[in-house]
Amino acid sequence: MYSEKVIDHFQNPRNVGIIENPDGYGKIGNPSCGDIMEIYLRINGSHIIEDAKFRTFGCASAIATSSIATELIKGKDIHEALKVTNKVVIESLDGLPPKKVHCSIMAEEAIQAAILDYATKNSIKVNVETCHSHTCGGCCSK
Amino acid sequence: MKVVYLDNNATTAIAPEVFEAMTPYLTAQYANPSSQYSFAHSVREAVETSRESIATSLKIKSSELIFTGSGTESANLAIKGVAYAYRSRGNHIITSEIEHPCVLESCKALEKEGFEVTYLPVNKEGEISIEALKSAITDKTILISIMFANNEIGAIQPIKKIGDIAREHKILFHVDAVQSVGKMPVFPKELNVDLLGFAAHKFYGPKGIGGLYIRNGVRLEKYISGGHQERNRRPGTESAANVVGMAKALELCINTMVEEGEKERELRDYLETELTKRIPECFINAKNSNRIPGTSSITFKYVEGESILLSLDMYGICVSSGSACSAGDLAASHVILGIGVPIEEAQGTIRFGVGKYNTREDIDKVIEVMPKAIEKLRMMSPLYNVK
Repeated sequence: MYSEKVIDHFQNPRNVGIIENPDGYGKIGNPSCGDIMEIYLRINGSHIIEDAKFRTFGCASAIATSSIATELIKGKDIHEALKVTNKVVIESLDGLPPKKVHCSIMAEEAIQAAILDYATKNSIKVNVETCHSHTCGGCCSK
Repeated sequence: MKVVYLDNNATTAIAPEVFEAMTPYLTAQYANPSSQYSFAHSVREAVETSRESIATSLKIKSSELIFTGSGTESANLAIKGVAYAYRSRGNHIITSEIEHPCVLESCKALEKEGFEVTYLPVNKEGEISIEALKSAITDKTILISIMFANNEIGAIQPIKKIGDIAREHKILFHVDAVQSVGKMPVFPKELNVDLLGFAAHKFYGPKGIGGLYIRNGVRLEKYISGGHQERNRRPGTESAANVVGMAKALELCINTMVEEGEKERELRDYLETELTKRIPECFINAKNSNRIPGTSSITFKYVEGESILLSLDMYGICVSSGSACSAGDLAASHVILGIGVPIEEAQGTIRFGVGKYNTREDIDKVIEVMPKAIEKLRMMSPLYNVK
């Protein structure tokens, strides 16, 4: 059902934890949907993401998408990091089952939320197109 | 890696004796049981001897038992068959909120056709209220459908009391007994049950065969078109191998029911005692209800069921979150929500199904692995206060 990469990131998640006083923080989802994703960012003066951490409540693929998302954005400048879309997350994990695509959308939205938080605090203009109303890939609207 | 199979409510292994009994009908004796020549006679005889044997175990007449393709089909045939046959008398059906999807979805399908359905709530032990049942009955009620034991939490319903009420009001009573037949004495006539379904693969028989008791005198409209097999209620060639397998499996279970029940209860209680001792903030669902012996449903706070399931899978331990039938869904279990567990906690529920091939070593493996797995997931969870 899951690719080896998903299982690897689920079993050995990278960047689990929190960052005290983060420069950017994003939280997506709610417990009644079965998923919550939190991303913490440490961002330097050149807007480069120096560190990223996550905490996730959810299924194996929610954990795996959070893990790979933090890997993908680490070292990137915030504008580049915003190009880590759910598609990129899915590809990096060698695919996700159709019912689990919403996890990758959550990962994308969590990244955006964390960067937006940083951008807002620092009055930086960023290009975020997705709306955050679908905080869990649409499962809440059911 | 050794597989530790603790999902016996989803399905069970075929007992070797069952496999052996089935083999002749998968090989040399392949004739269609409905054929007229002598070569087919022994196959028909095997089907009818098996029917007799199962009927005796259930204390019903063999003419009151038909074979279907699954427990799901039995429930569909019972509910829709009665609804269509008694439509002129009324259009109201009473069931519970925690039924298996084969019952709930049959009822929902009938709602689209103009039937009205009352879904009775359950208390925290998973039992319906007899008073609520009584007050739900109207002059249009034609059918009550309540499961014997719940597939996720194991809670046993007060079937005799419900049967008495149904009989008193001349309402037909269907019981989905898929999780009970083979595990506990089930005698539909003594319980005033009119229709009762079960499936062989839940008690060490083959998959692909179900049974349905239909009390003599109950009308049923068949919804599969075809020949006149199974007293013109279920068209399709009977699988003699499956029928023989089901009969053998039930015979084995009946012979050892008391000892097996004791053993499973002991293993389950050991599992529950040790897990709740070793893992903080978890609770057993429907703990104080009368439960079938091997079933245990435990909710672990702050973590999600599928991630628990897959963590155990890494060690070869097979369990389920919710039921196998709802595993494709993303939503929390309707049964766990139905007994009043808050939705955010319901997500972290695991069902264990202890069966006759489980050993104390199997349980020890879970006890060893699970506290670490839960702790690891909790450390990742934003709901868990790690400070």
